[in-house]
Amino acid sequence: MEASTALKVEGVSVQLGGRQILDDITFELRPGELTGLIGSNGAGKTTLFRVILGLQATSAGSVRIGAQGERQGVGYVPQKFLLDPDMPLRGRDLVGLGIDGHRFGLPKPSKTRRQRIQQMLEAVDAQDFADARVGQLSGGEQQRILIAHALISNPQLLLLDEPLANLDLRSAKEVVTLLSRIATEHRVSVLISAHEMNPLLPVMDRIVYLADGRAVSGTADEVIRTDVLSKLYRHHVDVLKVHGRVIVVAGEGDHDDEPDHGPVEII
Amino acid sequence: MSHVLHVLIEPGFFSSSPVRLALAIGGLVASVAAVVGVFTVIRGQAFAGEALGDIGATGGASAYLAGVPALFGFVGFSVAAAGAMELIGIQRVRGRDLATGIVLGAGFGIAALLLYLGTTYDNTSGATVTILFGAIFDLTSPDLPLVLGFGLIVLVTLAVLYRPLMLASISPELAAARGVRVRLVGAAYLISMAVAVALSAVTIGAILSTALLVGPAAAALRLTTRPGRAIATAAVIGVASTWLGVLLAYDSYDWTVKHDRAWPASFFIVTVVLAVYLIAGWFSQSIRRGRSLSA
Repeated sequence: MEASTALKVEGVSVQLGGRQILDDITFELRPGELTGLIGSNGAGKTTLFRVILGLQATSAGSVRIGAQGERQGVGYVPQKFLLDPDMPLRGRDLVGLGIDGHRFGLPKPSKTRRQRIQQMLEAVDAQDFADARVGQLSGGEQQRILIAHALISNPQLLLLDEPLANLDLRSAKEVVTLLSRIATEHRVSVLISAHEMNPLLPVMDRIVYLADGRAVSGTADEVIRTDVLSKLYRHHVDVLKVHGRVIVVAGEGDHDDEPDHGPVEII
Repeated sequence: MSHVLHVLIEPGFFSSSPVRLALAIGGLVASVAAVVGVFTVIRGQAFAGEALGDIGATGGASAYLAGVPALFGFVGFSVAAAGAMELIGIQRVRGRDLATGIVLGAGFGIAALLLYLGTTYDNTSGATVTILFGAIFDLTSPDLPLVLGFGLIVLVTLAVLYRPLMLASISPELAAARGVRVRLVGAAYLISMAVAVALSAVTIGAILSTALLVGPAAAALRLTTRPGRAIATAAVIGVASTWLGVLLAYDSYDWTVKHDRAWPASFFIVTVVLAVYLIAGWFSQSIRRGRSLSA
């Protein structure tokens, strides 16, 4: 494996309860690049993340992270993060748990540790609300804290599961800009899953497009094309570009081939 | 000054050996329960805590019938119940209440039988009341090393598990992504909680034991924003409530006309815990209001 590869997924297939969730997925991520993992609900995005994190067994294929294939090199921001507003936990504490939350024993406070947390909070512009209860922060603020939590262990790869799903447009834009900056400044490969690709289009270096457990990958221009996506969906789709935004619409044709999709699907 | 103290603390309070034992064991138990309880509240497992206490009553009743110290019965049955809940699937979100409910129902049925047998054989309801509602002044000095031993086991377990347990309690997904064995940590915690509840049962009874587990922790959560401070605050609230409850129970000898019987300490301890919880809620709300006014 080349030294400049942050993640190599090769021929990965996953079966759950007799269903094929992922089918021969292959792609590579490079350090410092931001990649969008695009697909509708149920396309297999979360399963793919679980495979990369080593939480989901595969029926075929391999996943390698970084040069040595170390699992510790992955930072993760989960999709569902619900904290009670009364939870006695500051953003600062949650970021600290990103350093050593998996280790046994009591935390050992030190000046270096405090400074490292402070630097990370500043890197994600979270210093203003780092001392409030995490459960009382807004969705966008919680995202920043979670990104800092995932990033402080200095991973080669940062996975974010639908980070924009519950954010208003402005917060979503801020988080996207932040992630793009982090990818470049920290030389970390960032993989963001989303069911809606448009907010990511301005910053995405590459795209992994997932449909029915299969994937195509490349630059946006290579992937977001009528012929490529029609082949992936095994059904004719039209790619419409309007004012720099992309809409994928299922075309007219033999609906019986793909009962999972309605006559018109906007992704 | 000493006059005021005498009104508050009856003469002879500290020289009475049942009182000294009640304060020592009560304080120990309260601090262990409060520390464990912070995680109980964070993890949303208060119902499981209550069930473990109720099932401990079965253990207390069997211990009474077998003639061994009640603590062994409480601990044995609570830990076994924790194991059963784990097997049924308490760590799945949808399995949580189900596992607790099934084990609770079965355990309470057996408790009813054993308490009935104990009461009818002895022709006295003393044991039933002691097991269900506690008898902190009836503790004996051999109880102290037992409580100390079990308490230390729980505290050491929590100290070792502290960081992964905290992370898994905040978000199982985050913990799993960091390589924490979430299920194993959760099972170890459930057993620690069973022991803590069993210890509380010794002082305030099996039925009331969750009050010491959940009450001080819930109050502490309202007062501080940091996990470490929440644990320390909960311990202080638990110990202070227990000591105040013991003191009031001792004083209550003088409240009756004939000066011949005291009100149960369990009642006072649980009432003080509830009062502290309410005051903590009022306090945190007025702080929040003050902040939003000044902002």
